[in-house]
Amino acid sequence: MVTTIGALDELVRDIDDPELPHVTIGDLGIVRSVEIDRERGTATVVLTPTYTGCPATDQIRDDVTAAVVAAGFEPDVQFAISPAWTTDWITERGRERLRAAGITPPPPVGEPGVTFVDPPVACPRCGSRRTRLISQFGATACKASYVCSSCSEPFELFKAL
Amino acid sequence: MTLVTYVLRQGDRALILAQRLLEEITHAPEIEEDMALSNLALDLIGQARGLYTYAGGLEGPADDGHVRTEDHYAYWREQHEFLNPLLVEQPNDDFAHLIARQFLHDAMALPYWQAMTNSADDTLAGLAGKAVKETAYHLRHSRGWVVRLGDGTDESHRRMQAAIDHLWRYTGELFEHDHVEDELIADGVAADPESVRAEWRRVVDEALGEARLEAPDDGVMQTGGRHGRHSEGFSYLIGELQVLARAHPGASW
Repeated sequence: MVTTIGALDELVRDIDDPELPHVTIGDLGIVRSVEIDRERGTATVVLTPTYTGCPATDQIRDDVTAAVVAAGFEPDVQFAISPAWTTDWITERGRERLRAAGITPPPPVGEPGVTFVDPPVACPRCGSRRTRLISQFGATACKASYVCSSCSEPFELFKAL
Repeated sequence: MTLVTYVLRQGDRALILAQRLLEEITHAPEIEEDMALSNLALDLIGQARGLYTYAGGLEGPADDGHVRTEDHYAYWREQHEFLNPLLVEQPNDDFAHLIARQFLHDAMALPYWQAMTNSADDTLAGLAGKAVKETAYHLRHSRGWVVRLGDGTDESHRRMQAAIDHLWRYTGELFEHDHVEDELIADGVAADPESVRAEWRRVVDEALGEARLEAPDDGVMQTGGRHGRHSEGFSYLIGELQVLARAHPGASW
């Protein structure tokens, strides 16, 4: 039984993302709020999904529900779509962890329309900016596929959204 | 009821376009493109899910006491109940057709979702806020291919031009509005599709110019999809979309 809101909050934010190795849902910035109603014994968690069609969303809801139950509360997991999630909400620790997993973290989201201009993307392994886009879409909707012309390794970019 | 009809038109536009994209996965010219088509379809299905769920809530419980789910709208409606514009159901005659269809759609969808972020309806504004970000990537992808194929070999140029020429007749319907929307537009709930036509044309002309392609003249425009009157071949699309759910009602996977 978790006794403090801080402990439950930490527990929820520490849940791993099902598709991105070593990154938690707290790192991704998708946990909007965690609240406890002691009288009713419920814990309400509000999440913001990343992409509308992201298949990980259902898994994340189930993982959060299981964590809240394990902590001894009746779970109430909700999704808030507005304001829309943005990659600018990914924490500094999340960005470090993505880089360590071979994924270049997203550049800052620009103004609408600026999406069409690419800043140079750095290779997560050797840091070179001599890189080339292979495909705007990778193994998941949130990533694009690149190759590094310096170290010849392929890598993924977490796209700005 | 007009709001439900409007929401279903938007949801069907996304779902039917996604179904056409899904048909082509494993047939794309390169493996990265297979992944791109899957991701585009996934985003569109996500948009459709949000819209269908909203429509169910607006309709409230049916005669059997149940609120219609997203699955009901996708799997248990008849063909004439789908309200998508005809453009998105046009077949993948070749890869140029698939790309032209996607591009002509995306160039409308991006400014339209952008306008919808100001909707007086909070749910629609929220859904639009997500869709607009995804659609920017979709447009960038389809536009890139239009230029690559149009400004490519003689053969790719010829086929891209043929696809644009063929699909042009379905673009007029994208900007139509009728009594269903007019009321919602007046209330600030729906954006007027006519208000994004100039931006659509600007983006289309710019890309076609870069691709050395000609924009066709606006001739007779085909219409009817948003009222449930569909093209030849739509029954096959719906058949494939619904066969599993109807063969195994209630199954989950």
